[in-house]
Amino acid sequence: MITVEKLRKTFNRFTAVDDVSFHVKEGEILGFLGPNGAGKTTTMRIITGYTPPSGGTAIVDGHDVKDDPLAVRQVIGYLPENTPLYLDMDVAGFLRFAAKIKGIAASERDAAIREALEETGTASVANRTIGKLSKGYRQRVGLAQALLGNPKVLILDEPTVGLDPNQIREIRDLIRSMAGKRTVILSTHILPEVSMVCDRVVIINNGHIVAADAVSDLSSRVSNSKRIRLVVEAPAAEINLALSEIQGVQKIETVELPGAGSQCQINLQSAPDADIRPELSNRIVGKGWQLYEIRSMDPTLEDIFVEIVAGDKGAVQ
Amino acid sequence: MKNILAVYNRELRAFFFSPLAYVLYVLFLGICSVFFLMYFNAYLGASNQYMQMASMQPGMMQLPNYTEVVMLGLTNVMTFVLLFIIPMLTMRLFAEEKKMGTLELIMTYPIKDSELLVGKYMAVLTVFAGMLALTLFYPIISYLVVDVWAGLPQTFFPTIFASYFGVFLVGAAFLSFGLFASSLTENQIIAGLISFAVLLVMWMIGFVDEIQPGIIGQICNEISVFSHFEEFAKGVIDTRHTAYYILFSAFFLFFTLRVLDSNRWRG
Repeated sequence: MITVEKLRKTFNRFTAVDDVSFHVKEGEILGFLGPNGAGKTTTMRIITGYTPPSGGTAIVDGHDVKDDPLAVRQVIGYLPENTPLYLDMDVAGFLRFAAKIKGIAASERDAAIREALEETGTASVANRTIGKLSKGYRQRVGLAQALLGNPKVLILDEPTVGLDPNQIREIRDLIRSMAGKRTVILSTHILPEVSMVCDRVVIINNGHIVAADAVSDLSSRVSNSKRIRLVVEAPAAEINLALSEIQGVQKIETVELPGAGSQCQINLQSAPDADIRPELSNRIVGKGWQLYEIRSMDPTLEDIFVEIVAGDKGAVQ
Repeated sequence: MKNILAVYNRELRAFFFSPLAYVLYVLFLGICSVFFLMYFNAYLGASNQYMQMASMQPGMMQLPNYTEVVMLGLTNVMTFVLLFIIPMLTMRLFAEEKKMGTLELIMTYPIKDSELLVGKYMAVLTVFAGMLALTLFYPIISYLVVDVWAGLPQTFFPTIFASYFGVFLVGAAFLSFGLFASSLTENQIIAGLISFAVLLVMWMIGFVDEIQPGIIGQICNEISVFSHFEEFAKGVIDTRHTAYYILFSAFFLFFTLRVLDSNRWRG
């Protein structure tokens, strides 16, 4: 549905995006992840046909953004960063204006607007002035205008920024419900959002793609060690000594838990191929210590992200 | 066409849903009314003088021409008032949308930049035409008072029409420059100041030939936005001057389009 190839964008001497290539299949939800200023917005603006690329191509539904930006914009619904809206208009009036320009026939316009209002839960504020709505409702109106006329592709630039936890969940559910029906690119720097909403993730840093994979595959790609967390009642120094003898242990961090007698929390890294949990518990019980907790820690997206971005920085330097 | 109309309607609503248009209407009409009364008084004074002279020495003095003294004087004043009214009318058109980010939104809709521009230009031109139409009150009341009530057939509508047409052309040219200035920045105040400052210079440049006669003065005179109004102020529609204003407008509309395109490139 969307093919981006060797995309490059320079502003004067600054290169915002360089050699970015990825592909999004029809009906897929792609998470576009990266720290602030990584080039997410620039890439999205190119795909929407707002700004032309300095090099490379982006093809959306068979149309090249450079040769036929109008045709690209016809199939795309876009929610820019910070949800810019005409604050002086009422919701229905604004959607009618958007529907006209998006080329929805006069006979279908009312139905399309009603559909967008209902899908985003904004029907109750249809006659209110946008400038007087809360941030959450404005975000939904922004989504409603993007959804108008059932575009094949939705591009959402940080759609949950500035919302309260309830609103964030609602917006995520809404986006999640589009899976299979629409092709969605969603940019964010909130990591759990990606694992909750997206099928696949592209991580971008300093204008380069540093990783692109299914969310579940990404974790195995980067973790070259297993993490285990233990809570044991024993003196910290003795624990370190006893556990570091076990084969496969790479790193031990021991922290004394405050206000819990002599309980310690131990974060342990081990080789990825061996499971040392039975050995750990045997050793602790054998010493006569109390074992309160033993847990295998899957790497979070946060760990993966930090690792990938840090690795990328190292490579650049 | 459909897109132009959509933008046109939206802009027109924005003008009349905010106090801006009304404030400027009141300001414009207020200033024009003061000048109308001033010129009307001057006319009354001159007519009284004529009456006295005519009884003593007939033929010494001509009856002052109402259309010339009051109406043409008034339209001349209007063009100067437009110098600061128009920048206030145009300053928000692109600057506000740039600041709010809605320009990015609309520029990702399937609409050509030229359609967006023409829609906005037509809307602000309509607001301006409405403002001008309200001042038609003066020639109408003149006709009723001078021609009908006083019985002096002195309100010449064709002449008045010609000078109004001139004011409209001046306004259209100023609007296109104001739109251009607004596309340059996301700060409305700066946009307003740029258009005011440049239009002021375009007016003052007409005085150069008084200090520096010859080819330089003549060139400056040809460039000046106001020197081309002089013929209209006499009630003459000259194609050369009409062409000047139309080309002036087209020129800056084209430049605005280039600025919009450059904004796209610069993201």
